[in-house]
Amino acid sequence: MGGDHHHPHTDHGEHDHHDHPGLEDDIQLGKRARRVLAMEELLVEKEVIRRDDVPRLLDFMAAMSPVDGARVVARAWTDPAFKAQLLDDPRVALAELGYPLVSGAKLAVVENTEKVHHLVVCTLCSCYPRSLLGPPPDWYKSFAYRSRAVVDPRGVMKEFGLQVGEEVEVRVVDSAADLRYMVLPLRPGGTDGLNEEELAALVTRDSLVGVGVAQSPAVGG
Amino acid sequence: MRGKLWSGRGGAELGGFRPGDVVKVLPTKVHTHHRTPGYVKGKIGRIAARSGRFYDPETRAYGGSGLPKRELYLVEFDMKSLWGNQYRGREGDTVLIDLYENWLEPVTASSGN
Repeated sequence: MGGDHHHPHTDHGEHDHHDHPGLEDDIQLGKRARRVLAMEELLVEKEVIRRDDVPRLLDFMAAMSPVDGARVVARAWTDPAFKAQLLDDPRVALAELGYPLVSGAKLAVVENTEKVHHLVVCTLCSCYPRSLLGPPPDWYKSFAYRSRAVVDPRGVMKEFGLQVGEEVEVRVVDSAADLRYMVLPLRPGGTDGLNEEELAALVTRDSLVGVGVAQSPAVGG
Repeated sequence: MRGKLWSGRGGAELGGFRPGDVVKVLPTKVHTHHRTPGYVKGKIGRIAARSGRFYDPETRAYGGSGLPKRELYLVEFDMKSLWGNQYRGREGDTVLIDLYENWLEPVTASSGN
């Protein structure tokens, strides 16, 4: 690249840096950030995207969080028909809970059982079920996690505080292409009397990626 | 873009795969955009499921239409087949990964692989 700002701008001279107000004045942007902003400007200018597309998408993703995933899991734990639908076609199941049918990457759900434990990674980049869980945690995008999860998943999970027993088969799911995987964690014991909301509170983000399990209900709580 | 896009061998022309089929990932080194990580190249796995048909990322990355769509397969690899005895977990642990048809070739008993 280089010379980012030298493309001819003769007919829209006022179109320079008003679009991200203040940003370049008080924050020193890295080379990559400047490149991304320049590309965004070009895409808008060439009418590939609209001015508000990027912020709208960011808002949409920021509005989603592991709380949404937890809600889905709690419903699956309490409603076998919903669970079957979730594993078969998550879009239909999610629509039932009022989540919009987002275009783009397709969501898939893998179920952890007493015998099988799934762990999700994207070794190529940072593919993550953003449309349901929001943005991924930083460690998920780290080179260390991405490279080690497929080589030594049990060691990695141990570092997260999760010891998976020898009787349990570990399946690492590498979402390298067009599907985004969420784990349906195993329902913890001692939760028979809990309602959906109480169950959802036990579901951590880590358990939705597979580096953790759902929490057990607090004793006496 | 530079050079010609690698187009693979076209798994669809081979009639597609079914769950349980044994496949080998092509070992091809490609310098253009593709979604097959190096650690599965040349390795042998099993088709676990069909994942659907998707726009071809290898042409889409360069402004192409991504058509025709490509069949995507969830392929299962034994850890031992990927890492040999260096793998520190137990027998039966696996990696599941979505791979496009053009990266897969059938392995039959007679092909010796």
